[in-house]
Amino acid sequence: MIAVLDYGIGNVSSISNMLKKIGAANSITANPEVIKNASKLILPGVGHFDYCMKQLRNAPFFDLLQKRVFNDKIQILGVCVGCQMLMEKSEEGSEKGLGWIDGEVVKFDQKRLPANFRIPHMDWTDVKPTGNSPLYDNIEEPRFYFVHSYHLQCNNLNNITATANYGYEFPASIIRDNIMGVQFHPEKSHKYGMNLYNNFVNNF
Amino acid sequence: MKRIRVIPVLLIHNQGLIKSERFKKYRYVGDPFNAVKIFNEKEVDELAIIDIDATKEKRKPNIQQIREIAGEAFMPLSYGGGITTIDEVKEILFNGIEKIIINKAAITSPNLISQIADRFGRQSIVISIDVKKNIWGKYKVYSDNGTHNTELNPLEFAQKCVEFGAGEILLTSIDKDGTYNGYDIDILKKVTEGVTIPVIAGGGASSVDDFKKAVYEGNASAVAAGSMFVFQRPHNAVLISYPSIKELKEKLYSQPL
Repeated sequence: MIAVLDYGIGNVSSISNMLKKIGAANSITANPEVIKNASKLILPGVGHFDYCMKQLRNAPFFDLLQKRVFNDKIQILGVCVGCQMLMEKSEEGSEKGLGWIDGEVVKFDQKRLPANFRIPHMDWTDVKPTGNSPLYDNIEEPRFYFVHSYHLQCNNLNNITATANYGYEFPASIIRDNIMGVQFHPEKSHKYGMNLYNNFVNNF
Repeated sequence: MKRIRVIPVLLIHNQGLIKSERFKKYRYVGDPFNAVKIFNEKEVDELAIIDIDATKEKRKPNIQQIREIAGEAFMPLSYGGGITTIDEVKEILFNGIEKIIINKAAITSPNLISQIADRFGRQSIVISIDVKKNIWGKYKVYSDNGTHNTELNPLEFAQKCVEFGAGEILLTSIDKDGTYNGYDIDILKKVTEGVTIPVIAGGGASSVDDFKKAVYEGNASAVAAGSMFVFQRPHNAVLISYPSIKELKEKLYSQPL
């Protein structure tokens, strides 16, 4: 059973819908009992970084989450702001991030963007896997739906599993041991996202 | 290569899907749920669904219908029609929709825009602005399905919405809607030059060449169309279609005129 962590944020049902579509048993939950027994975790996130962090810290499962990630080494996938929260901090706000992956989240630098590259970056964009994660196995010409004004900036380039380009190159997804994150929305990216969730379920 | 979002707009009227011409002459196109399934199979970039009766009938959004539609749609969805409160927004967003489309409420209670932006992020709110040119060639914003002239200037109104926290603008020309005459590039240019957020061109598309003009002449970030995706010309038989990735790559993506 995959637990899709529910801490009062955004569009969790889309993730659940897609997991259901690929036949992966899942539950949208804030219940510590369910999370304790889950086989994998998904950390969604949408909206303001600070709001998401505050909500997550106040969730009834916050301490358990850290135990499961660091003691049990459970595989966890952060999505969008759920991915950004894995970093130390974000320029979007003043709340500390989870700090599980070395780096921060910065605003798209409008000065480096060509004319008419507007913020937010709200497009289907091709991603270039770095080859160090089976998350992208068997996905031909991977492209995903992105919606974000801030992007990841990794201090350790080995953490990057794919990059994307919006005016300039930025990390599209990251990994450190059992912790991974994707900036884009696989649950809204047709077969590309289905394959990615399939890989998350089966390859880790 | 920069991909450009190509967005079918689906209008719901009396529970069915319709397509209009200049916001009038409704023609029944089919069942909304079925149409969404077909568009999903065609792997469209995004879908916009608008219940055009809700505001007029002062009806709440149909959450059951939204949930059914979202359950089978693995692309971004935006939903509009009759949304006036933050609680309705929350319910819609928690049932599988990414973005809320606001039209009338942006005019009558713009604070709703800020509330949505603060709570769910700017990216979750699209302002739909319907415009019409008057006999003196001035563009005005219309509400209530194009029946009420608000006398607002489209650019000033768009800028005000951005200040309140809008993430995106869907700009539809009422005069061009359903005509296949191409987008109104003039008003598109005026609005895209005056705001920093993405603008979606709407009203009048008949081909990928029209998309190209909207993007490279009008500076649109994305394009929307209705008739082009639900009718087959010349006889306007109902047939759902969507351009192939090959065609979009060759003609639309990163291809300045």
